[in-house]
Amino acid sequence: MLAPQARVLGQVETQRVVLHDEADPLQLASGRTLAPVEVAYETYGELSPAADNAVVVCHALTGDAHAAGHHGDPARPGWWDTLIGPGKPVDTDRFFVVCSNLLGGCQGTTGPSSTDPATGRPYGLEFPLLQMNDLVAVHRRLLARLGVERPVAAVGGSLGGMQVLQWAVEHPGELHAAVMIGASSRLTAQNIAFSAVAREAIVRDPGFLGGQYYGDGGGPKVGLSVARMMAHITYLSEQALAEKFGRRLQGRGDDVAPVPRFGVDFAVESYLAHQGESFLDRFDANTYLYLTRVMDYFDPFADPAGAARVAAAGTSSLVLSFDSDWRFDTAHSMRIVRHLEHAGAPVTFREIASPWGHDSFLLEVPDYHATVRAFLTRAADERAGRVDG
Amino acid sequence: MRPDLDVVASLVPRGSRVLDLGCGDGTLLEHLVHHQGCRGTGVEIDPDAVLATIGRGVPVLALDIDRDLATFADTSYDVVVLSQTLQTTQHPGVVMREVRRIAPLTVVSAPNFGHWRHRLTLARGRMPVSRTLPYPWFETPNIHLATLADLERLIAAEGFAVQRRVLLDPAGRGRRWAPRPNLVAPGAAYLLRRLGTGGAVAG
Repeated sequence: MLAPQARVLGQVETQRVVLHDEADPLQLASGRTLAPVEVAYETYGELSPAADNAVVVCHALTGDAHAAGHHGDPARPGWWDTLIGPGKPVDTDRFFVVCSNLLGGCQGTTGPSSTDPATGRPYGLEFPLLQMNDLVAVHRRLLARLGVERPVAAVGGSLGGMQVLQWAVEHPGELHAAVMIGASSRLTAQNIAFSAVAREAIVRDPGFLGGQYYGDGGGPKVGLSVARMMAHITYLSEQALAEKFGRRLQGRGDDVAPVPRFGVDFAVESYLAHQGESFLDRFDANTYLYLTRVMDYFDPFADPAGAARVAAAGTSSLVLSFDSDWRFDTAHSMRIVRHLEHAGAPVTFREIASPWGHDSFLLEVPDYHATVRAFLTRAADERAGRVDG
Repeated sequence: MRPDLDVVASLVPRGSRVLDLGCGDGTLLEHLVHHQGCRGTGVEIDPDAVLATIGRGVPVLALDIDRDLATFADTSYDVVVLSQTLQTTQHPGVVMREVRRIAPLTVVSAPNFGHWRHRLTLARGRMPVSRTLPYPWFETPNIHLATLADLERLIAAEGFAVQRRVLLDPAGRGRRWAPRPNLVAPGAAYLLRRLGTGGAVAG
């Protein structure tokens, strides 16, 4: 008798691997080199003998390698556990799923808080500036190390989707399918403006110390938490904030007359303060600077041949947006769709109705999940040669 | 495949790049890809139909034909298919203008409101419900019904020449010829060629 399939991933572990060393440094798009490059990653499911069932998950600005399962407390699952797992849209009964912390990150992968071998202290702002292709280069090297040449798909939301797009454009034919959720092919002035204010908050914090704030327990804590608070507002829709908090006052019944102060009076203020504070425990301010800059300059269709390469390779794309997302609204997704479609690349698009704004991609929205499931199931059948691609 | 889709497929040249507006569950495009060497894109607004199309491996854009056709570039396809779609749109004239811009060839299939059974039902004072128009008036998606004569006037007015016309029997099977088609044919499928280069029609 067959053992019953596990219906949850259960406990998972983050692993680490050195992908580049001094003898074989990472060649960055800027022309500079970087070594060593260590990467934190997790895998879920089993790689098939033909190595044809891999799905790469690319995380967003503040994500990490821990996408699914848990690290000991089942009540605290990975950031995309709604989507990834046995029987879920990214089905670990079928797929070998790989998620790694991004290059430039601060959750186990080499970034500005890593030790610079030249000085023996953290890089800080000596860390080289990155471009989207550098993030993709590290994903590709990790896959090669894991024995995967051509994944079924790369999947990502927001900055994650931008990596997927870069991958499809710059390495045509390597991805059988590309899934881009709430992503963008080029930030608007408003997008860049929000990033600029976040960076200003960090850089102008007296604790920033030119980026060399490591080691003394200090750092630009006020700046980083303000950056996070502001960004968080852009991740939620007005309706989501209204439903979650309304104008409720914090820690008092509504029947008690409010005494206005300048602290945390409203529930929404308390929520933002918590978001800002808890962010400090897990995130590095320099990573915030580096990765937001990668997004600002991202423009893969500036190369007029980019979309044509995707078309020639036949990579099929799924582009999804959420109707209440105002960080990367449907116009951003439609720009991706138009470029790919005009070039003749197979592209599927849906705008999903969801009240939760940009963060919808992290939540269990049935239409969204059903679409990803249908698309990946088909892509896997095609990749495995069960149906014609 | 539905017989009327077979007829539509027979009007699409081999190897075409096809835009199927109102592609339903993607059956026609899948057939064109696998049997006629075509490639293409579907447009569909019904959520279940979109998922079914994805499941067939057919690229599909969940867009609104009445609002979003500007997305498609001039002459970016070889053929636009409007299979049982035109009569469901808000502004069929605008749709015809847009498809003329998008592709040199268009295939249109539509029911014939002028079929004698429909005329008879109307003469008795009731809205027709038939095999080709199966919905009662209050829940039909077919909001712009036309006779074949009406449809052919629109086709001419929007700058198309009829290259082929296949009349459809009640089951949707093709019939090459019939006397007084506007009276006896329950529907028709047309292969249209745009006149001129795809710019605006003079007058």
